Amino acid sequence: MDQIAAHQDSATSTDWPVAIYRTLKSFGVAQVSYVPDAGHSKLIKLSHADAGIKTTVLTTEEEGVAMVAGAWLGGDRAVLLMQSSGVGNCVNMLSLMASCRFPLLTLVTMRGEWAEFNPWQIPMGRATPQALEIMGTTVLRLENPDDAEEVISAAASLAYDGDQQVAVLISQRMIGRKKWTKETH
Amino acid sequence: MSAATGTLDRRAAVKALLADRGDLLVISGLGSSSYDVFDAGEHSGNFYLWGAMGGAAMVGLGLALAQPKRPVLVVTGDGEQLMGIGSLLTIATKQPGNLSIAVLDNGHFGETGMQPSHSGLGAKLEVIASGAGIGNVSDIADMAGIERFRASLRDLGGGPRLARIRIAAGEVERALPPRDGAYLKNRFRGHLGFKVS
Repeated sequence: MDQIAAHQDSATSTDWPVAIYRTLKSFGVAQVSYVPDAGHSKLIKLSHADAGIKTTVLTTEEEGVAMVAGAWLGGDRAVLLMQSSGVGNCVNMLSLMASCRFPLLTLVTMRGEWAEFNPWQIPMGRATPQALEIMGTTVLRLENPDDAEEVISAAASLAYDGDQQVAVLISQRMIGRKKWTKETH
Repeated sequence: MSAATGTLDRRAAVKALLADRGDLLVISGLGSSSYDVFDAGEHSGNFYLWGAMGGAAMVGLGLALAQPKRPVLVVTGDGEQLMGIGSLLTIATKQPGNLSIAVLDNGHFGETGMQPSHSGLGAKLEVIASGAGIGNVSDIADMAGIERFRASLRDLGGGPRLARIRIAAGEVERALPPRDGAYLKNRFRGHLGFKVS
């Protein structure tokens, strides 16, 4: 059953990271920073392979918020990639973005919602939208792989042209069920 | 504990560091470091942090990567750098030659009642930076060391650098830079030739 579900997920979602990458390129994104997440792995690979994007691995997500601010000061558009568990780490650093009206575009892969098997992921997953919203960050949802370009494009315009802080929450349903072991179960 | 305590006057040290600054861009960390940079001379190439505790070095990294032909100096305190200690590892992965970090180390959390910091209790920030992969580190205790560090800042291939600067722990009169973040952002970007949208 899980195998079938995973197969269906990957069949529908193969190209959405590519769609996101192309959209970010069309907006002239020059810096990408990330805390790794399986759901972002393809986008991270594409970013590292692109000589036109400076790609940086972080030790914790709030580093990326500060880095996005510095990039903007220097004229670079930046994107921050993380998993929902990292959103809580960013709360105070989001003050920087609100106080200075720095654009922020962050793409957050969700855990703790669709078919989550690990109860420890659920509290932060459930609190993710509110944790962003209490700091003034606009939350958009990406639920369907076919909407990737449209949603990322809308978020990028809001951020870079509207000087807003914007998070796109990428549904766990798009990422597929996590395979806990190599054996099927 | 007393091993960390320095004798350098923080205002004199920062003033010397920013003398003849040329095209140097400066990010200052929350607290006294921002007052020191402001006191050394107001400049549109300064961006003063009034919050974002632990974020100064990462603002510096984003800026340094965006402006590889300009030297970027982060001036911050031991407490501020300690809160973002992981950023030293992140900076090392990118090896930005134009980025330098000056940590004004008095071994205390000066803004909050002068509690001893980890640095004051024995941690060596320059050793941590070295272990993180920042090759160019120094431990500065006198004005001659400040002068050598200042002279090195414009070598865009020599970074990333981190200097631990041993300053005295005494209180200094506050010198308050502008606090409006949007103003500071637009002023800084204007300095680099970017128009306000």
